[in-house]
Amino acid sequence: MNLVLLALLIWGAGFAFNLWLARPARAQSRAARLAVPLIFGATVLVMWELIVRGLEVPQVILPPPSEIAATFASNISMLWGDFVQTILKGALGGYVIGCSAAFLTALLVDRYTYLRQGLLPLGNFMAALPIVGTAPILVMWFGFGWQSKAAVVVLMVYFPMLVNIVAGLSETSAMQRDLMRTYAASWGKTLLKLRLPAALPFIFNGLKVSTTLALIGAIVAEFFGSPTQGLGFRISTSIGQLDLGLVWSAILVAAITGTLAYGLAALIEKWLTFWHPSQRG
Amino acid sequence: MSAAADPAAPVAARRWRLPPVLAMILLVLGIWYLAVIPMNVQDVLTRAERAGASVSPESAVARRDMGSWSLVARNSALLGESWSLDRPRLPAPHQVAAELYRSTFDEEINGRRGIVKSGSLSNRSLIYHGGITLSATFLGFVIGTVMGITLAVGIVHSRVMDMSIMPWAIVSQTIPIVALAPMIIVVLYSIGIQGLIPKAVISAYLSFFPVVVGMVKGLRSPDAMQLDLMRTYNAGAFTVLTKLRLPASVPYLFASLKIAIAASLVGAIVGELPVQKGGLGARMLAGSYYGQTSQVWAALLMAAGLAALLVWLTGWLERRTLRAMGGLP
Repeated sequence: MNLVLLALLIWGAGFAFNLWLARPARAQSRAARLAVPLIFGATVLVMWELIVRGLEVPQVILPPPSEIAATFASNISMLWGDFVQTILKGALGGYVIGCSAAFLTALLVDRYTYLRQGLLPLGNFMAALPIVGTAPILVMWFGFGWQSKAAVVVLMVYFPMLVNIVAGLSETSAMQRDLMRTYAASWGKTLLKLRLPAALPFIFNGLKVSTTLALIGAIVAEFFGSPTQGLGFRISTSIGQLDLGLVWSAILVAAITGTLAYGLAALIEKWLTFWHPSQRG
Repeated sequence: MSAAADPAAPVAARRWRLPPVLAMILLVLGIWYLAVIPMNVQDVLTRAERAGASVSPESAVARRDMGSWSLVARNSALLGESWSLDRPRLPAPHQVAAELYRSTFDEEINGRRGIVKSGSLSNRSLIYHGGITLSATFLGFVIGTVMGITLAVGIVHSRVMDMSIMPWAIVSQTIPIVALAPMIIVVLYSIGIQGLIPKAVISAYLSFFPVVVGMVKGLRSPDAMQLDLMRTYNAGAFTVLTKLRLPASVPYLFASLKIAIAASLVGAIVGELPVQKGGLGARMLAGSYYGQTSQVWAALLMAAGLAALLVWLTGWLERRTLRAMGGLP
């Protein structure tokens, strides 16, 4: 019980400190903007730890964070194997294939109005469908290896990317394209110098959405069958053994990967589209 | 140059042509029918061999090592059964449609356990399973939306909440939350909660964050001029919320509701995977275990239909609401 009281006390202290940090005078500073969410996150972790220990919540329901960290540290090599299997082979492979396929289709769609009128509504429609549902079929076709996961990821990533790239390629105004024509620029030159740069914000929007989708696809596809490795496999088997520490560790790996991948995409975006109003602010 | 002045030109432009969307759907169906041949060629040839036809190459092992297309090319006379196999690797579109019909209308109207003969929905029909998924989706969607709006109101009114929670809400968008689904199911099961609630929790979780992010943007959309006007009326924070911020946020709310409803359907389907107690997800997994491909495809089609219906319904509601509020002509 004392631990729970301590948890509430720490929560109150953290909240009070955050209130102090969030006063208008300080709220604009970079340090405060960074510190407030970090303090909030830390208090949540500490509360989790203390309440779980204080109320003696069973391990099979919710392990404390320290336990999860310990499991994570002692299984690093196994989790690295899962990471390579699910992320580097399945998700990344599918992501690259799916995004390039969407790019090539978008170039084709962009040249023929008829194709655009036909494919765009379909693409928008498909982007809203639960495509993860194709996972059992693709696992049946491509086997339990990473190829089937990559196939699921390709399908999940393809339509949002297609819609975004096509929208981006129609971003330029007639005036700009006319200017390129007065320079006697060919289709390829116009694409490279004018239309692709103009499409970059849209493309990166799609790329960022797709990083999360790729991870979801690769992990969920492993629930339908996988080799004895992979984050989805680890999650489903460890739940069977009620080893929740390992489950949380696998989720932690997925979460860190998702955040880093998103951050990387956002960083490259910042670097490539420095001219765009949304980046100058 | 006379073509531009030609009075017949507009008539020619209005000449009927295939609607592009229809053309694409026909193209997809055509590719599907074609793909059925190489996908099923192994099974078809095995059956043809059993029926006494001479297949080249003779042995099944040699056939397994060959490419599908070369098998098709060498046995082109024996491929008649490609579209009517019992358990195909890839069922043809009409087989899926037949399975969909069989497991919806036929099962309910003519089946022994159907609604006509037994008075309750058959547990073998997709209508029953779709209903289970849909109820979890709706429950989760409502919970997620209400919580999302509440949190967004809190974030807009309290700078501490904004500064401490908003970055985490954005980070959590980049996390594959669905990975949590099996654990939520099992943990809730072990403390005695089962049935609809665990699936709804996953759905709520997935639909929660789009609503928060959209609503925060929407509640902040009134500009300084409008807020100043409210101040000249001496309006309190609550009045500003109900009379200005909430109405202004409606377009943003519906934009995120469309994402949220599709996400909660995915959540419900994934939530049905670990516990085989009905629902479209359970149906897909069972189908893939027993090699019943048309069953998987039918369940998938049903899920796609539901998703389309839900998104369309939200869009319809959006148009009605915006029109009633005077936002749309």
